[in-house]
Amino acid sequence: MSAIGGEFRVRGAAAHAGVFGWLRANLFSSPANAALTLVCILAIAWIAPPLIRFLFLDAVWSGEGRDACLASIAQPHPGACWAFVRVWFSYFVYGSYPMGERWRVDLFFLALALGVVWLSWLSAPRRDVGAGYFFIALPILSFVLLHGAPLIGLAVVPTALWGGVLVTVVVAAIGMVFSLPLGILLALARRSDMPVVRLFAVAFIEFVRGVPLITVLFMASVMLPLFVPERLAPDKLLRALIGVALFASAYMAEVVRGGLVAVSRGQYEAARALGLTYWRMMGLVILPQALGVTLPNIVNTFIGLFKDTTLVFVVGIFDFLRTIEAARADPKWTAPTTTVTGYVVAALFYFVCCYGMSRYARSVEARLARAGRR
Amino acid sequence: MQQRSDHSGAGAPQADVAVEVVGLHKWYGDFYVLRDINLKVARGERIVICGPSGGGKSTLLRCINRLEDWQRGRVIVDGVELTEDPKRILTVRRDVGMVFQHFNLFPHLTVLENCTLAPIWVRHMPKREAEALAMTYLVRVKIPDQVHKYPARLSGGQQQRVAIARALCMNPNIMLFDEPTSALDPEMKKEVLDTMVELAADGITMLVVSHEMGFARQVADRVIFMDDGQVVEVNEPKNFFDQPQHERTRMFLKQILN
Repeated sequence: MSAIGGEFRVRGAAAHAGVFGWLRANLFSSPANAALTLVCILAIAWIAPPLIRFLFLDAVWSGEGRDACLASIAQPHPGACWAFVRVWFSYFVYGSYPMGERWRVDLFFLALALGVVWLSWLSAPRRDVGAGYFFIALPILSFVLLHGAPLIGLAVVPTALWGGVLVTVVVAAIGMVFSLPLGILLALARRSDMPVVRLFAVAFIEFVRGVPLITVLFMASVMLPLFVPERLAPDKLLRALIGVALFASAYMAEVVRGGLVAVSRGQYEAARALGLTYWRMMGLVILPQALGVTLPNIVNTFIGLFKDTTLVFVVGIFDFLRTIEAARADPKWTAPTTTVTGYVVAALFYFVCCYGMSRYARSVEARLARAGRR
Repeated sequence: MQQRSDHSGAGAPQADVAVEVVGLHKWYGDFYVLRDINLKVARGERIVICGPSGGGKSTLLRCINRLEDWQRGRVIVDGVELTEDPKRILTVRRDVGMVFQHFNLFPHLTVLENCTLAPIWVRHMPKREAEALAMTYLVRVKIPDQVHKYPARLSGGQQQRVAIARALCMNPNIMLFDEPTSALDPEMKKEVLDTMVELAADGITMLVVSHEMGFARQVADRVIFMDDGQVVEVNEPKNFFDQPQHERTRMFLKQILN
């Protein structure tokens, strides 16, 4: 409400009185507003200068070891140790993926970026082909590239060597790509007329929601081998992927259910009266509306999932955050500032990804609203 | 046609009977929504059902395309007896168009897409053909220049006319109207009723739940008065309005005409 009002005033005031008018209209329009503005300015004045000093002015940009980042007479208060990040950067991205094969990971990132842009850019050409590429071609291509295919000369790289951003992206992407359709199916099952189907859905959703993700991951990696001989047990990363996808799908199911409830009964009746089958009714009439209504919640779940991927470290998988943890423990780089610097990099990475998703959702919402569909 | 007779469990379909309802009962616990409804609608016949709210008129209408189920009795539509069998239900629904009180257009689709959805996905019609068909009906209901708008941008009367066009795009033999004008302002009522009068002139079988007595007088072959889940009176419009047989009908007409 206030944002909209603010925007109105910006235009009106700017035309009249320039910068001062804008300031008065937006930041000092009432005593309460003025007080809040002052508090915010003080807070920024308190936080920003030391932050800028640490991150940029006092930062160490190059060096070969901890000595560069330790306090000395030349630099009594060393800032962020960017030298550490520079040296370890490729480890943060690829983990222990063999040096000579890292072009495969780069290619995977490129292919994924293409798919994401193709699908998320709403006026892109041939989005149907894009969907086919994203949901069918891309998973196969990714598996061949990352895992390897000896038949065409790509050596197999065991998942134990995967790490860093690569693992984070793989876990998040698999979680998102599987949780949405699985969540939709579970939500539909929960509203089904068939008691057995409904019971299964409710039991699954409530069980998974009642258990922390860490527990699911421990169960997948520790308990499964107790029942299955180690030789037959699936790959450790695969187990974690399945755990994350199932976990996320239970949450997604509840989000989608909220959207389904928001679609009026009349829509179901109109679709049925036209002779649409159940699946056509859902796919063409109900779900497009339900998913549109609940889009902010879907993205919210995706953001949560993206950050939850960091939990795979508990079962010994080297995701992005874990590679930073590993690097900062390197005795060669033990310095008071390396840990902080590593965490700054991690925070920046997660923030950029999550904020990007959030902004994208906002723009889609605005587009739906403009189309006059709501 | 031969497919229809395959599905009919009830002997040979009668070519001149569009809808047959035999001993229909519907109840929730102790509460009867429909009691022993018997009704035969001839092909091309236009029937208006009226009565106080909660009397079961809409429920009866919705039994004809099985949006509602029932506990006892039979409903036979175009020779197909409606049972639990989903195939039969779909067969009947594809043959019966329905217009709702609140229009129920699909808000995420344009007017044209609303009309082509079922022809494309149910009748498997090529898109171009479906669009041409939709345009002919949208011209008939006088919405030809708004076809690329979303329903929310149209007035209530326009939306209801689109809903009629959407139903007609399936080339139904029978049209059901469930209080099509009661959510509309008076001037919009007229444009929708005019459309329905034109449609009636085409000779399609129509069952209309409505309190529009002018429409009933002008168009109906028979008027049915329902109260308390029962058919109280079935009469020709002239007799129905001028000399109703039952006290309850008389009271209802007195209320509604004042």
